[in-house]
Amino acid sequence: MRDRQRGPLASIGLHTTLILASAVAVFPPLWLLMTSFKPKGEAFSTDVIKDPTLGNYTHVLADTEFLTWFGNSLLVVGCTTVLGVFIAATTGYAVSRFRFPGMRPLMWLLLITQMFPVAILIVPLYTIMSTLGWLNQPVSLIVTYLTVAVPFCAWMMKGYFDTIPAEIDESGRVDGLTPFGAFWRLVVPLAKPGIAVTAFYTFITAWAEVAYASAFMTGEENLTLAAGLQTFVNQYTSDWGSMTAAAVMIAVPAALVFAWVQRHLVAGLTAGATKS
Amino acid sequence: MTVDTGRIRTALARHWYAWAMVAPVVIVLGLIIGYPLGRGVYLSLTDADETNVERTIGINHLPATYRFTGLDKLTAVLKDEVFLDRLLWTVTWTVSCVTVTFALGLGLAVLLNRRFAGRAVYRSLLILPWAVPAFVSVFAWRLLYNERNGILNKLLDGGGIDAVPWLNDPTLAKVSVIAVNVWIGVPFMLVALLGGLQSIPGERYEAAEMDGASPWQRFRHITLPGLRPVSSTVVLLSTIWTFNMFPVIYLLTRGGPGDTTEILVTYAYRISFVNSPRDYAGASAWGVLILLILLLFAVVYRRALRKQGEV
Repeated sequence: MRDRQRGPLASIGLHTTLILASAVAVFPPLWLLMTSFKPKGEAFSTDVIKDPTLGNYTHVLADTEFLTWFGNSLLVVGCTTVLGVFIAATTGYAVSRFRFPGMRPLMWLLLITQMFPVAILIVPLYTIMSTLGWLNQPVSLIVTYLTVAVPFCAWMMKGYFDTIPAEIDESGRVDGLTPFGAFWRLVVPLAKPGIAVTAFYTFITAWAEVAYASAFMTGEENLTLAAGLQTFVNQYTSDWGSMTAAAVMIAVPAALVFAWVQRHLVAGLTAGATKS
Repeated sequence: MTVDTGRIRTALARHWYAWAMVAPVVIVLGLIIGYPLGRGVYLSLTDADETNVERTIGINHLPATYRFTGLDKLTAVLKDEVFLDRLLWTVTWTVSCVTVTFALGLGLAVLLNRRFAGRAVYRSLLILPWAVPAFVSVFAWRLLYNERNGILNKLLDGGGIDAVPWLNDPTLAKVSVIAVNVWIGVPFMLVALLGGLQSIPGERYEAAEMDGASPWQRFRHITLPGLRPVSSTVVLLSTIWTFNMFPVIYLLTRGGPGDTTEILVTYAYRISFVNSPRDYAGASAWGVLILLILLLFAVVYRRALRKQGEV
C-alpha cells in the first residue's frame, strides 16, 4: 500500500471515478427498491416517489404464496449452507494437510465439476430425482446445490488452511488430539474468515438458483423464492409491482448475510485464490 | 495377490484419515455428477427424444425404444450451422465479459488499494451487486431496459433521443446482456484482485521508486506479475462460469430476439425443455461438446501458465 501525497487534481479524478462507478453499481438495486414503493400500475413512472405505498408488499405477503416460498428457500438454503461448509472444510483440510494417493485427481475433479453445463446434467438428474421420489422434495435441491457449491468452496478452504501453520495441528496432536480433533478444535476456529466466505458463497448460490429449482419443483406451494418470482412476470402476466416488492424482500436477507461476512471477504478470498 | 492386498492395507492404514475426510465430497460428486454425466454421455450416443424414452401416460407404462446410434448425433450437431453460430457468439460473449470484467475490476482494485477518506464506503458500494441475488439483479435490469417505459429510455427521451430497443435489436441485445453480466461479475473480480494487490509487499514499490521507475513501469513490472497467482485462478474460473452463464441470458432475453443471444448452454436447455418434441439426445450432445471445449481450454490454459514458469 502506497501512501504518497496526491495533487488536488489526482484526488478529484480518483473520487469522481469512484463515485461514478459506485453510482452504476448501486443504481439498479436502488431503482428496484424505489419502484417497489410505487402504487400499483405506476411501476414505470419516473417520478422519484410520488405517493409511496406499502401496497405491493402487503399484496405479496397476503395474496401470494410468498411466505411459503420463503420457508422453502430457508430450509433448502440452511441445510445446503451447513452441510456445504462442513464438507468443503473437511475436504479442504485433507487436501491441505495430508499427502495421499488420489489427491491430484481430486483437485482436478473439483475444477472440472465447475465446467459441467446445467444442460447436460439437468435431464439425467431429473430422472434420478423422480426415480428416488425426490421431486418436489427439498432434499433434491439440497443435494444438487451441494454439488454446485462444494467444489469451489473446497478449493478456497484449502488455500485458507494452507496459510495456517501446520505446527498448530502438530502441537494439538502431541497433546493427544486425533487428526479430526485437531482440525475441529484448533484449525476451524482459526479459519473463521475462510469459513465465512465459504458460507456466503454457498448461501448465495443456493438462494439465487433458478434452473434446477424450476425444473425439480412443480406446484405453487413447493417453489423456492427464485422460482416463485418467475411467476409474477412471465408471458401471461406482468405484475411488476409485486415482482419488485418480492425481489426486495428476497434481496434483504442476502444483503444482511453479506454485510455480516463482508469484512472477512477480502482476507478469505485472497488466501483461497493465491494458494490454490 | 498377497503383495497387493498387503500394499492396500498399508495404504489404508496410512491414508484412511485423509480418505475419510474427502469421502463425502467424492460420494456426493460421484452420485450427483458422475452418474448423470455418464448417462448424459450415453444419451448423446442415442437418438432419444420425448417420443421414445421410458414414460408413463395415464396407467400405461411405455418402455424406452430409443436406439444406440453411436456418433451420429454428435457429428450431426457439429455439421449443423446453428452450433457453429452459437459457438461463435458464446466465445465472443465469454471473451468480452471476462476481459471487460477483469479490466474494470483491476482498475477499481488499484484505485481502492490506496489510503484515502471514504475508502471503506466506496468498497461496500462497489461490491453491492454481489450481495443481490443474480436473478433479482437481472429483473432490476429488465426494468431499466424496458423499451417503452424503462428509465434508460425515459432519460434518453428527455435528451430528445428516440427509444432504444435495448433487448429487441440483435446487436443491442448482445451488448445489453454483456453489460449486465459485467455488472454482476465486477465485484467478485474486484475483491479477489484487491486481496491480491494487498499481498504484494510494499517494499517492492519503494525500491522501484528509488530506481526511478514511472507509475506505468511499476504497474507493468510489479503489480501485474504480483497479481499472477490470483488472476490466473480468477480468469480460469470466470471464463468457465461465463461460458456456462445460464441465468443472465435466460432471464434477460430468453435467448432472443430470435436466438441471437442464445449461448451454448441456453440453447441446449431450449432443445431439451422448450422445443417440441424434447430432443434429449441432441441436448446431451451439445452438453458433451460444451464439456470438451471447456476441458480443452482448461488444459491448454494451465499448460500455458506452467510454461511461463508459474502455477
